[in-house]
Amino acid sequence: MSIDRATAAKVAKLARIRVDEADLPALADEFNAILGFIEQLQELDVSDVEPMVSVTPMQLRRRADVVSDGNQQAKVLANAPDAREGFFAVPKVVE
Amino acid sequence: MSDLTKLTIAEARDALRRGETTSVALTEACLSAIDAADALGAFVHKTPEIALERAAAADQRIKAGDAPDMCGIPLGIKDLFCTEGVASQAASKILEGFRPQYESTVSGQLRDAGAVMLGKLNMDEFAMGSSNETSVYGNAINPWRAGNSDAALTPGGSSGGSAAAVAADLCLAATGTDTGGSIRQPAAFTGIVGLKPTYGRCSRWGIVAFASSLDQAGPMTKTVRDAAIMGAAMMGYDPKDSTSADLPVPDFEAMLTGDIRGRVIGIPREYRMDGMPEEIEALWARGREMLADAGAVIRDISLPHTKYALPAYYVIAPAEASSNLARYDGVRFGYRAKMVPGDGITEMYEKTRAEGFGPEVRRRVMVGTYVLSAGYYDAYYNRARKVRTLIKRDFEEVFAAGVDAILTPATPSAAFALGKKHADPVEMYLNDVFTVTVNLAGLPGLAVPTGLDGAGLPLGLQLIGKPWEEGELLNIGYALEQAAGFVAKPAKWW
Repeated sequence: MSIDRATAAKVAKLARIRVDEADLPALADEFNAILGFIEQLQELDVSDVEPMVSVTPMQLRRRADVVSDGNQQAKVLANAPDAREGFFAVPKVVE
Repeated sequence: MSDLTKLTIAEARDALRRGETTSVALTEACLSAIDAADALGAFVHKTPEIALERAAAADQRIKAGDAPDMCGIPLGIKDLFCTEGVASQAASKILEGFRPQYESTVSGQLRDAGAVMLGKLNMDEFAMGSSNETSVYGNAINPWRAGNSDAALTPGGSSGGSAAAVAADLCLAATGTDTGGSIRQPAAFTGIVGLKPTYGRCSRWGIVAFASSLDQAGPMTKTVRDAAIMGAAMMGYDPKDSTSADLPVPDFEAMLTGDIRGRVIGIPREYRMDGMPEEIEALWARGREMLADAGAVIRDISLPHTKYALPAYYVIAPAEASSNLARYDGVRFGYRAKMVPGDGITEMYEKTRAEGFGPEVRRRVMVGTYVLSAGYYDAYYNRARKVRTLIKRDFEEVFAAGVDAILTPATPSAAFALGKKHADPVEMYLNDVFTVTVNLAGLPGLAVPTGLDGAGLPLGLQLIGKPWEEGELLNIGYALEQAAGFVAKPAKWW
């Protein structure tokens, strides 16, 4: 299966990574090299094999359904590139 | 005492307890060594004030007589660990300026045991790489050089700064993390010991996530004994990590008897690769002989799905990375791209991630996005998870047949020149061929320095153990270390 320029552009869009139009052919080539390497997996018959969910057989634990943390607004916002009036600030999303 | 920085953890612990030195003296010696070693690119954020403050507190505790083993021991911490108030940016531009408000469980356990943090160590960006060439800080350099050449060699990756720092005696030991070989490959390239524990042994909480089902922290040390001491201090149950194992951590150091009589060591035939250098083949054969001479039973075994491990890894790891790295969006922490009038939130995300991630990270996030996208999920991601089941089953079958541990080469070559493999991602990926199976199966793995190649570069062997049997694994590694008698050090040029 070969990735073309349009597919490369779609993947970049899904990943929310801007790629210049001029760089798309090279990106498609890189994808094809990596996918060519991955293609070996098709040699195996895996029809009766369960996909691995957890490498160690275990039940995920549940914690008590109680509030155990909070009231740390300053710490939560401390690393924000733009924080105002106790909120994260982003470009306008609603016209 | 002279050469304080050359001490092992065990030697320093004993000297501290006997009052022959102080943590402040050890820490000052390391800080001077670090300041004189900028050419290695190992320490990327130095924290001398924190170090000296913790060293003074450790000396008080040692005087009071209730100090744990790691108390007063100066360490380097990989940049992937979140450290409270100290830059922690996973060697990425996208986490520029990020100062965590919390401490990772593992670095917190070391801190609480009295260990001294000297600073943060270089690595591949988001731990994606095998040569430390994808770091925003620039390359880390191997203190070892080939023969009389002054060409810069890679210390391996992704824990390249950790490996270089320990090998060059800038610190007594360092933390590393291992998703596909990132502790064991750099350890082998620099002549030190690296332990990747069983998945679930060390809490992942507060360690910047790459591929959550594979990531595991571990110690990088000068000796197997030190890996036993520091490993035990890093492990343990943590309710903040849902996959953390609620199991007691044994006293690994007490298990180092060197007695491995009757232990069955498996030699997997699939690890004999085409084009493997003769020196690696010879080293492996010598390792086999050394363990046999120590009384172990050597048995040829088969792990038939080995060749599918790397392709499965390069589906699963990017898939998990694409999900984990979705959080870097320029909103809550780190870098945000400059905006132009008319840019909305989507432009902000796309520009921030294009500018903030380096090429290898962008590549893996996009490959991961592709294999998880509608129409390809079954063909790639689900198939890789099924192959992972088969790879784990291979190991379960040999362990059930009585094998106690498996001996393999740690790497397909000695350290290579910086820039040599950077152009071809797939060629770089092949570096992890002997280590990646262990992550996919969740097993403990140990790299032990075992010899030098013709150019005088260190080579290591890998031992693979049963789940939760790090003590047994370390003891077999200890026997190998004793037999190999590896004492070489890099000649100082920096």
